[in-house]
Amino acid sequence: MTLIPEAAIPGTPGTPDAQTSSLAAPTANPIVVPLTIDPLAPPATAFVESLRDDGTVNLRARTFIPNSEGVETAARRHIHGTPLEERFNVFGAAAAGISVAILLFGWFAPLTGQVGWAVIAFIGFLGFYAVLVSLKADGQEVKDRIMISLLYSAAVILIGALLFVVIYTLIRGQEALPHANFFFDTMQLAGPLDPLTVGGISHAIMGTLMQIGMALSLAVPLGITTAVFLNEIGGKFARFVRTISDAMTALPSIVAGLFVYAAIITLITHQRSGFAAAMAIMVMMLPIIIRASDVVLRLVAGNLREASYALGSTKWRTVWHVVLPTARSGLVTAVILGTARGIGETSPVLLTSGVTAVMNLNPFDGPMISLPLQVFAFVRSPEPNMIARGFGTAAVLLLLVLTLFALARVFGGRGPGQLSVRQQRAVVARSGRDAVRLTISAARRERALELAQATAGSASSTTAPKETLS
Amino acid sequence: MANSRTPVLEAERGSEKQESHEPVAGRRSLVSKPSRSDSVFRNVSYGAGMATVGIMLAVGIFLTLRATDALGVAGFSFLTEQEWSPETQKFGIAAVLFGTITIAIIALCVSVPLSLGAALLISEIVTPKVKTALITLVDLMAAVPSVIFGLWGVFYLQANVIPVSQWISTNFGWIPIFRVTNAAGELATEASAFTSSAFIAGIVVGLMVVPTQTSVMREAFSQTPMGEREGALALGSTRWGMIQTVVLPFGKGGIIGGVMLGLGRALGETIAVYMIISPIFVINWELLKTGTNSVSSLIALRYGESSQFGLSALMAAGLVLFLITLAINFTASSIVARSRSGAESG
Repeated sequence: MTLIPEAAIPGTPGTPDAQTSSLAAPTANPIVVPLTIDPLAPPATAFVESLRDDGTVNLRARTFIPNSEGVETAARRHIHGTPLEERFNVFGAAAAGISVAILLFGWFAPLTGQVGWAVIAFIGFLGFYAVLVSLKADGQEVKDRIMISLLYSAAVILIGALLFVVIYTLIRGQEALPHANFFFDTMQLAGPLDPLTVGGISHAIMGTLMQIGMALSLAVPLGITTAVFLNEIGGKFARFVRTISDAMTALPSIVAGLFVYAAIITLITHQRSGFAAAMAIMVMMLPIIIRASDVVLRLVAGNLREASYALGSTKWRTVWHVVLPTARSGLVTAVILGTARGIGETSPVLLTSGVTAVMNLNPFDGPMISLPLQVFAFVRSPEPNMIARGFGTAAVLLLLVLTLFALARVFGGRGPGQLSVRQQRAVVARSGRDAVRLTISAARRERALELAQATAGSASSTTAPKETLS
Repeated sequence: MANSRTPVLEAERGSEKQESHEPVAGRRSLVSKPSRSDSVFRNVSYGAGMATVGIMLAVGIFLTLRATDALGVAGFSFLTEQEWSPETQKFGIAAVLFGTITIAIIALCVSVPLSLGAALLISEIVTPKVKTALITLVDLMAAVPSVIFGLWGVFYLQANVIPVSQWISTNFGWIPIFRVTNAAGELATEASAFTSSAFIAGIVVGLMVVPTQTSVMREAFSQTPMGEREGALALGSTRWGMIQTVVLPFGKGGIIGGVMLGLGRALGETIAVYMIISPIFVINWELLKTGTNSVSSLIALRYGESSQFGLSALMAAGLVLFLITLAINFTASSIVARSRSGAESG
């Protein structure tokens, strides 16, 4: 923006522009004064205290703590850590709350139900905790403790609900999962009343893999290229694209399914197919991938791009060799999380893929079921065995999503440019190889130079400059 | 500015120095011509942008065009009619839209306290290690498929929520929305009157939208300037006092935006709602009572048996839902962007 940095570099040749800027610097930015070794520059008024009369910096200038004698100070507040007493307060209040709930429900009042018990116990806990804290602290601190325990309980309820949903599904799925045929058979020959040793969901697993594969093979290149377009090329049209893709994140998934059903199935193919389902999933995933990759690419530091341009590379080379590798882990995470969302989508698939009990590996012909839809189809039956199969399928789906999520954590979670230990080691190794290569070529060049001097035999030793190597 | 000027200066200086030795070279053009790879890259990425816009506009335009058939027949009564029978030209989304909105509001009542509490806890109170773990868990919750939440809602939650519904309706039955009456208009107490209600669907959808809301709010809270936080603590405030006076006002935009984004998702949720509710086509003010409906469940329920005109009517319903979620999302993102916490991230 300004020319101050040029002036601050010692030894910059005195072009007219640089001279004016070195004179203008002190008024524009007084911090430059003690840093530049420029005797002509007048001392800035803001730094008078730290400067001696002769203009040199007084390094002994120090901060004095004002005298606190006679000033009333409050007791120091504890804002970190939990002393033993506070932990005791929590346990005591919890015990008291639970006891009150047990008493009320068991002896005194005609109350029943687990939820009511939990609510009473919680209210009791809050009350007792407030009383215990107020024994030692003032109103503000009581309020602080109560509110913070409320925040903790919100998080506990949330995480508890999540773990409960996951574990409940896995436990109910245990009935079906131990049977090997569950993974390798189809439901073709299995009726609703058949035991769990007959039939399986291999057709749904294959269906899911094929549908998500097709959807990804379209959505990932298109999504990432669009995100690159938004970030690297820009302009009015890019802003328009960004607005439209933001708008499409609001598209309810069932409406995406309805679109594919009405546009592709009723007008063109006249039958439900894996391809139609993949299209519906693609329409759902595309905006998610664009948005996530856009955010990741935006985080790539501008100076990396500038360095690449300054080395003379073209836009395409900058994108391919600088921007995309820098954002790689973030892009992988974006794609994996998009995949996890796409795999779990049931409603667009419900309209487009159709329900079948047989293995169908042709995406363009006939219905092809996927895991979430298979769950939905199983649990609509009242038969306990079908419901057990439904939970087994749900457990498989959940494990698939958890695996994808874990993969995303392994690959990602780092900002652009932050390297893992292995990548750092690779970079160090590459840089070592470069150093060796440079040293060898430099030595070779030096030898060639000496050879040339020797063969020339003339006394012009001063004209051949010795290259200094760092 | 300096970047664009410096090369010119260098070039001029260079030419001045060389003047004495060599003839002046013509001024070098600084405008670079795009190389072939560059122009290919530019065209390909333009093409990708156009393809994306093409797909998305195709969805929007197709929906609108197909919906106009039905909207032209139904006219304004599309928004006021409760019944849904396109075969007899008598259809409207009053009942399903009402159901959608009640489920979404119940979902917000469940999700907002949870997400606000969790977001504040994550951004303000816990240690960095716990923070990372909590963020991962919340993100994981966003990735759990909705059909699994639906399963849990049907097979576990329903049986455990019914006693709560009964208790609310017997003790707070004097508030109209909590009353549950049977066909004769008397208070109903049997468990079967409380199954498949908007209340149960709302709780499940609420849990599903918590992660969205939590991450938007956490993002906003974490941008509170450290100096302001430290200032509040230095003035003797407690942690909650600091949160109340610094973090919450700073993250107000994030809170509103997060709540609205969650609302958008709650309105569009299909499969969990479809699994839990028992669909009806009248407006049901008794939220705890069996029977409600939503636009997305209507589409899932009726798409298969529809004629071309019936599909067009479903498209119209889907279009209305899309327009509502679109309006909510854009309002939310503009609120986030305009707020203090969003200004720095945008």
